[in-house]
Amino acid sequence: MRGFYFEQVMASLPFFLKGLWMTVAVSGLSLAAGTLIGFLWGILRTRRARFLRSLIGGWVDVIRGTPVLVQVFIVFFILPEAGIRLEAFPAAVLTLTNLAACFICEVVVAGIDAVPRGQREAATASGLSAGQQLRYVILPQAMRIILPPLVGQFVLLIKDSSVVSVIGVTDVTRAGWLTVQRVPEGLIVFGLVGVLYFIVCYPLIHLSSALESRMAGGRVRL
Amino acid sequence: MLAAFNFRVLFEYLPLYWHCFLATAWLSGVSLVGALAVGVLACAMRLSHVRLLSRASGVYIESIRSTPLLAQLYFFYFGLPSLGIQAGELTTGILALGLNSGAYIAEILRAGILSIPPGHIEAGTASGLGYLQRMRCIILPQAIGVTIPPLLGQAIVLVKDSSLLSLISIVELTRAGQILTSERFMPAEGFLTTAVFYLVIYYLLKTLSEWSQKRLIFREAR
Repeated sequence: MRGFYFEQVMASLPFFLKGLWMTVAVSGLSLAAGTLIGFLWGILRTRRARFLRSLIGGWVDVIRGTPVLVQVFIVFFILPEAGIRLEAFPAAVLTLTNLAACFICEVVVAGIDAVPRGQREAATASGLSAGQQLRYVILPQAMRIILPPLVGQFVLLIKDSSVVSVIGVTDVTRAGWLTVQRVPEGLIVFGLVGVLYFIVCYPLIHLSSALESRMAGGRVRL
Repeated sequence: MLAAFNFRVLFEYLPLYWHCFLATAWLSGVSLVGALAVGVLACAMRLSHVRLLSRASGVYIESIRSTPLLAQLYFFYFGLPSLGIQAGELTTGILALGLNSGAYIAEILRAGILSIPPGHIEAGTASGLGYLQRMRCIILPQAIGVTIPPLLGQAIVLVKDSSLLSLISIVELTRAGQILTSERFMPAEGFLTTAVFYLVIYYLLKTLSEWSQKRLIFREAR
C-alpha cells in the first residue's frame, strides 16, 4: 500500500514543483522589497530625528512581538474592513515584505552601530556630506557585519512564507496539505515538502556561516 | 475602523481570551521544557567524540533548521497516524514545537560552550581541577552568561510559533481570534486582541532578556 501511495505522490511531483515556484516567488518578491525598505528604515533609525526613530522602533517591536500567522490574518481579514481588499497573493507579499523589512532593519541598525564613532567624525572632518559618509565610510564597513545575519534572515523569511499557505496561496506547504487530503500518507507527502524546503534553505544557511567566518577575518586593525 | 471597534463584544469574549492566554502560556512552557531537554541532549551528542552520535545530531539539527515549523507540524499531524500512532492534537503540537526549538537551543548551547577559550579549560586542568570542577567553576559560569539572552530570544520565538498550533485545532490565543471572527464576523476585534495578548508576553520576555544582558556585561567587567 505504501508503495502505491509513494507512486501517487511522485506522480504529483509537478504540482509540488509549482508550489515550490510559488514559495520562491512570494519570498523572493518580499525579500527584494523588504531588503530595500529594511535598509531605508535602518539608516533612518540611526539618524538623530527622534520622532522618526521611535516610530520605526515601535513598529519593529510590534511586528517582532506578534506571530506571522496573526499578521497574515490581520492583513487578509481586517484590511478589507478598512476598504483595502487584497487577493491572497498580494496580501501574502505585503505581510512578508513588512516582516522582512522589520527584521532587516534590526540587522542594519546593529551593523551601523558597530562602526566606530571616530569613523563618522573623521568623515565629517574631511568635509563629506551625510550621503557621502554613508556611501563611502559607514556602509562599506557596516556591510561586513550586516551580510551574514542578512542571509540568515532570508532563510527565516523563506520558512515563514509557509504560513501564507493558510490564506490560500498554493505554495509547497499548501501543495502538501492539498495532496494529503487525497493520498492519506502524511510521512511521504510532508517528507517531500521538507526535502523541497531543504533544497532551498540549506545552501543559504551554509552561505551565511561561510560569510560569517570570511567576514570575521581580515579586519583592519585600528 | 477604530471608531467601529466593538468593545462590548470584546468584554463578552474576555474570559475566552484569558483562558486561551493561559493555554498559550502553558503550551509554550511545556514545549520549552521539552525543547531544553532535547537541546541539551542534542548539544551533548553534537560535541561528542563518537562520530555516529555527532553525525546523527547534526542531521537532526540541520533538517529542523532548513524546514519550516508548519511543514514539521503537518508532518507529525498527518504522518503519525500512518505509522499507526494515534496521538492527540496536543501531544502532536507539543512534540513538533519541542523538537523544533530543541534544534535551535542545541545550537545556542553549543555556541555558548565553544565561546569559552580553550586556554581556560587547559588552565583548569593544569591547576589540577577534575572534570566536574572544571565544569562547575570554569565552563558553566561563563557559558550560562552567554547563553541566557539567546535562550530567552528562542523562548519569544517559541511563544509566537505556538500560534501555528491553532491550525491543528488546538484552542489557544490565535484560535480565540478565529472563534470571534467566525461567530461574530469581527476579525478586527478578534485578531487585534490576539495580537495585544502576544505583545504582552513579548514585552515581558524582552524586558527579562534586556535585564539579563545587563547582568551579563556586569559580570564580564568584574
